[in-house]
Amino acid sequence: MSGNMNLTLKVWRQKSNKDKGNFEEFKVNDISPDMSFLEMFDVLNEQLISKGNEPIAFDHDCREGICGMCSMFINGRPHGPKEGITTCQLHMRSFADGDTIIVEPWRANAFPVIKDLVVDRSAFDRIVSAGGFVSVNTGNAQDGNAIPISKNDADIAFAAAACIGCGACVAACKNASAMLFVSAKINQLAHLPQGQPERMQRARAMVHQMDKEGFGACTNTGACSAECPKEISLVNIAAMNCEFVKANVVDSHE
Amino acid sequence: MSLNSNIPEGKLEEKWIKYKSTVPLVNPSNKRNLEVLIIGSGLAGASAAASLAELGYKVKCFCFQDSPRRAHSIAAQGGINAAKNYQNDGDSIYRLFYDTIKGGDYRAREANVYRLAEISPNIIDQCVAQGVPFAREYGGMLSNRSFGGTQVQRTFYAAGQTGQQLLLGAYSALQRQIGMGNVQMYNRHEMLEIVKIEGKARGIIARNLITGELERHFGHAVLICSGGYGNVFYLSTNAMGSNATAAWKAHKSGAYFGNPCFTQIHPTCIPVSGDHQSKLTLMSESLRNDGRIWVPKKSNDNRNPNEIPEEERDYYLERRYPAFGNLVPRDVASRAAKERCDAGFGVGSSKMAVYLDFKFNMMRYGRVEANKMGIENPSENEILKLGKDVIKEKYGNLFDMYMQITGENPYETPMRIYPAVHYTMGGLWVDYNLMTTVPGLYSLGEANFSDHGANRLGASALMQGLADGYFVIPYTIGAYLANEISVKPESTDHQAFVDAENSVKETIEKLLSINGTKSVDHYHKKLGKVMWDKCGMARNAKGLQEAIDEIKVIRNEFWQNLRVTGKANEFNPELEKAGRVADFLELGELMCIDALHRNESCGGHFREESQTNEGEALRNDQEFSYVAAWEYSQNNWKLHKEELKFENIKIAQRSYK
Repeated sequence: MSGNMNLTLKVWRQKSNKDKGNFEEFKVNDISPDMSFLEMFDVLNEQLISKGNEPIAFDHDCREGICGMCSMFINGRPHGPKEGITTCQLHMRSFADGDTIIVEPWRANAFPVIKDLVVDRSAFDRIVSAGGFVSVNTGNAQDGNAIPISKNDADIAFAAAACIGCGACVAACKNASAMLFVSAKINQLAHLPQGQPERMQRARAMVHQMDKEGFGACTNTGACSAECPKEISLVNIAAMNCEFVKANVVDSHE
Repeated sequence: MSLNSNIPEGKLEEKWIKYKSTVPLVNPSNKRNLEVLIIGSGLAGASAAASLAELGYKVKCFCFQDSPRRAHSIAAQGGINAAKNYQNDGDSIYRLFYDTIKGGDYRAREANVYRLAEISPNIIDQCVAQGVPFAREYGGMLSNRSFGGTQVQRTFYAAGQTGQQLLLGAYSALQRQIGMGNVQMYNRHEMLEIVKIEGKARGIIARNLITGELERHFGHAVLICSGGYGNVFYLSTNAMGSNATAAWKAHKSGAYFGNPCFTQIHPTCIPVSGDHQSKLTLMSESLRNDGRIWVPKKSNDNRNPNEIPEEERDYYLERRYPAFGNLVPRDVASRAAKERCDAGFGVGSSKMAVYLDFKFNMMRYGRVEANKMGIENPSENEILKLGKDVIKEKYGNLFDMYMQITGENPYETPMRIYPAVHYTMGGLWVDYNLMTTVPGLYSLGEANFSDHGANRLGASALMQGLADGYFVIPYTIGAYLANEISVKPESTDHQAFVDAENSVKETIEKLLSINGTKSVDHYHKKLGKVMWDKCGMARNAKGLQEAIDEIKVIRNEFWQNLRVTGKANEFNPELEKAGRVADFLELGELMCIDALHRNESCGGHFREESQTNEGEALRNDQEFSYVAAWEYSQNNWKLHKEELKFENIKIAQRSYK
């Protein structure tokens, strides 16, 4: 089934990290409103291949909004115009026939471009390696019901843990700050009894690594949370600041 | 070579316990010199990598995505089973074992499944300890729900994002080991060949997907944890990148492939909307707890579902299977939906869909809420509103997802659903140790064939992936590596590495040099259509024979008329896809060969020639009570059989009536 939308796309092309990039313009016709945004890109890439041109590289995998791999900056907003969804969940019915759509990669020093719309987000992995875990080796666990956790705490931890690590928060932020991502993990574990023994150490280590990766500072604008596809709350950042200050006070007394 | 499943002697419930206490151990200083390569970073790969590194082994882990956290385990929605019996509803290890064997239609190995059930409670404990935020009751205890094919509540969950939370738990354990230097992680790397030296797996060739460089890695053992091959059908609930390449290379290096035709078609997915469709989206099985499945009693009924009165609806699962109703296993529910649609009772514009309706349970919940709040004589609308809130809390993210994709509001009108390819029970044949027929080459999680027989029960995939990685491989790998402690790491200049790398290079050059006219997706779609039409929910001898011939034709065309843009030594997603589809084009043929040879119906494998008068799957235990393990040699396959012995379960015709 083909549709009746005709669109103009201005897409960022960049051969590699060493090259300078530029916008390239494409026309796509007969787009169905039932297509997802990425399926529209599939159509465009098929067109490019059939003409012998190189398709546009973009990251994507699960296409159901959970893996966090897709990462397009569409008309000036990470994951496009709709709230609470990822690029792969965005459908063409959110656009109108004749629209011009501008598509860019995430832009941040800590997320260097690999090719076209693909960026390197391994900085996030290194932040998790610094402390985003509970140090419990396999086989050390007690019965799952041995420590009751109030539904409220479990729900708060879950809401923070829903982060998919896509990096939209960084892309949305004028300072390219990673505070929302980092604070979500810190706050998840701070709300659970399992996270208590390493609570202070975790806040210090993760924030330290975040700074080392070259992410910017937070100025409480809130764009991160507004653009987050999982609607991670800004409250996490406030809570993280608390954790971090406490951790440093404790540190100076140790 | 004869197949030895290496199942320990002794009574079923004592096998694993005895095994653990007698398996040879490797002392800590020797572990530091033993290198393990792990392909894949999903639940099986990440949990194995973390656990083996904790034990002291030197681990390298490879994934094709930009981070191990992206593995497709992340998308599992509904939950994870464990025989905790927290609900006091009669659950036990034996019952989980029994349900899994029966659910798999008596085509799984008893000893493996029993071990899985035995380990299941430990998994929950381990995940809770990592800080996985499972759903809780107000009293602070873990919450459970029901899944298909069982009559107890043993499924643990985190809203509709259980896979995500479990994977992030395993990922955090893995990242911790990476941070400590115990695991070297290779993101954006794809394994393209197994290196064998003197018959043993000794390494891999991997392609750095950013630079296109080929890399040689030595290992004393190699673990294939690369997931399933559902994408052979092109359209499936798998991620776009999910592929069979690692498993297929292992197979072509000598690992037998077990039951390749056993694929799971999940009953509740969002129907196909058009040719542009790139993937299908699952609506969790947990929705069947609260949704009732129906079609109109009149064929070709085009009325709005809300206008079809109760007496004109056919709740066909409740009608056909009164004991399990909407919670029959997946294979049964899928076939029943196909039967109704084929008979002309389907709904929606394509008529290839059935309704999943929440109204009844919204009203039920609404009444309970109204009572709790002390509202006297609530109106129907008030009840419905209260009920909607309950449903929203339970499944909100799934309803939102449905709304995004279809543009329809499932709180107002019933969901339209249809079956879609979801999971593959078949995979690399492994013994009790999870070792393939190649010494030192293991397979874990969905990539192996071991625990689900001919049909997997819901919420059991997460259980198996984590059981294999956290609790099985840390023991069983010792049985092999204890004899390898004196083996020094082989130089990657060894001729076996050179040969393997050259063969990979050759394939890549060939793919790039065809310079034809059709894209990779073109051939992938063609293959998918043949597989879905002829090796999908219903199969017959004629169709399968045709499929085998058609796949050969598509494969020939592929190698003659494919167009892959770009170069080998750069980031080139088209080239990656081409390699994967080349492998699917071989695997698809083997799946059809296997489906053709298994002239019986069992679980997800429905041969039209073999059914009861009521249209249920009819097994043939006399002839087919075995695992089909296929050996590859020179573009041909040889069948080996592992007899299945049922000593603890009385084998019976599966009934959910």
